[in-house]
Amino acid sequence: MNDRSGKPSHPPVKDWTTDFDHRDPSWIENPFPIWDELRGRCPVARSERFQDGAYFPSRYAEVREIAYDSEHFSSRRVIVRENKVPLTPSPPITSDPPEHTPARKLLLPAFAPQAIARLEPRARALCRELLDAIGDAKTCDAAVDYAQHIPVRLIAHMLGVPEQDGDLFRRWIHLVLEVGISDESVIMPTLQEMAAYFAAEIKKRGAHRGDDLISFLLDAKMEGQPLSGPHLQGTLRLLLIAGIDTTWSGIGASLWHLATHAEDRRRLVANPALMPTAIEEFLRAYAPVTMAREVVKETTVGGCPFKPGGQVLLSFPAANRDPAKFAQAEQVLIDRAENPHAAFGLGRHRCIGSNLARLEMTVAIEEWLARFPEFRLAEGEKVTWSEGTVRGPRRLPVALN
Amino acid sequence: MSSTKILRVRVERALCQGHNRCCSIAPELFEADELGNSRVIGDGRVPVALEAKAKLAVANCPEHAVRLTHE
Repeated sequence: MNDRSGKPSHPPVKDWTTDFDHRDPSWIENPFPIWDELRGRCPVARSERFQDGAYFPSRYAEVREIAYDSEHFSSRRVIVRENKVPLTPSPPITSDPPEHTPARKLLLPAFAPQAIARLEPRARALCRELLDAIGDAKTCDAAVDYAQHIPVRLIAHMLGVPEQDGDLFRRWIHLVLEVGISDESVIMPTLQEMAAYFAAEIKKRGAHRGDDLISFLLDAKMEGQPLSGPHLQGTLRLLLIAGIDTTWSGIGASLWHLATHAEDRRRLVANPALMPTAIEEFLRAYAPVTMAREVVKETTVGGCPFKPGGQVLLSFPAANRDPAKFAQAEQVLIDRAENPHAAFGLGRHRCIGSNLARLEMTVAIEEWLARFPEFRLAEGEKVTWSEGTVRGPRRLPVALN
Repeated sequence: MSSTKILRVRVERALCQGHNRCCSIAPELFEADELGNSRVIGDGRVPVALEAKAKLAVANCPEHAVRLTHE
C-alpha cells in the first residue's frame, strides 16, 4: 500500500541477507550497523522485493568491481525500483560505453574545477543571504531554512532558470527519487512536467542565447551533430535532478555531525585549515548517493552469482564504511589524511558535479560556522532522514548560540 | 631513501576520472586540464619539501591513477 506522501508501508525486514529493503525505517534512520553486519555475514545481500530481484554488495571490493564492469552491469537503470519503469535515458549517467564517452565529454568543461571556482562568490553570497534571513532566531531548521536552498539556487543560476522555482524542482525530485521507488505511477507524469518546463525554457532562448547551460547545450555539437531532442531533455533532467538533493544532503549531514559532535565543531572553528580534510571525511562517512546497475550478462562477483535482469543497489556509502579499505572506518576523523573515498563514485561515471558539490559544501559550512560557531540539536525536536537512494537530513532543528 | 634518487609523480591518464583530489592536496604538482582531469605540472619532479604531499596525493586517489616513481 502506497500513498503519495512519501510514506509507503513495507513489511518489516526480518533477514537483511535475503530480504533487504533500503526503505525500511531502521535503514533510513541508521543504516551503518546493518551494513557492518552484512559485510561480515553476507557480502552480497539479496531481496525479492524489487522486480527481477535485487543485490546489495556492502564491501568496497565488490562495489568497486561492479562500478568498473560495464560489460555485465549496465547504467541504464540508476535507481533500484520496486517495479521497473520504461527506460528514460539521461545521458551520460544512464549511458554505457561507447555512447557514454562523447555524452560525458560534452559536459566536462562546464564542471571542471576552474569553471566551478568562478561560482564561489555567488555561493558565498547566497549562503550569507540565507543566514541573514535566519538572523538572530534562537532556533532554525538547518536542512529546510539553509541547506536545501544552496544547491537549488546555484544550479538554477547555472542553468539560467528562476531560483524561485526551487520548490517545484524539489517536488519533482521527491516524486522521482523517493515516492517513485515504490509507486512508479508518479514517475511518467513527473517526467512529462519536467519536459514541458524545459521546452518552455528552450523556447524562451529562441535565437537569443544566454550565458547558461541550457543555451550551451542548445548550441553544442556531439560528434559533429547537434543534440537530439530526447538527448537534450534527458541531460537537462539529469543536471537538474542530480545536483540538488545530493548536495543538500551533504551539507545537511555535515551540519548534523557538527551539531552532534561538539569537539569536532570547536576544533574546526579554532582551526579552519582542517576544512578540506573535514569535508572529505563528511563525504566519506555520510556519502549521500547510492546508485544502481542492472545486470545484463550473467557473472559472479565476490563469489556470488548475478543473474541478468537483476537490479544492483550500488552503495558507495557502504563501500566508504568498509574497515577492509578504511582504517577506523566507523569513526569520523575530521583530520583523516588518507581518504580515497568513493562518495562521487568510481570509474567512468564519477560524479560530474563533484567540484561543484565540494565548493557548495565547503562554502556552506564555512559561512554557517562563521555565523553560528555554537549550535546543537534542538531539544525535543526530531531529525528526519530522506528515504531512498539519496541520504541526508530533511528536518534538522537546531538551537543556535 | 637515497638522496641521489629523483622522485617523480605521474598521472595514468587512462585511469584518471577527474576526482581532482591530487590537485587539491598538491596544487604545486598537479593541475586540472580543460576537461577537469589531472595532469602533472612540468616534468613531475618532486622537490624534497613536497614529498609528503606527493605521497598523500597517491594515497587519496580513488582510482589509483597517481603514481610515484624513483629514478
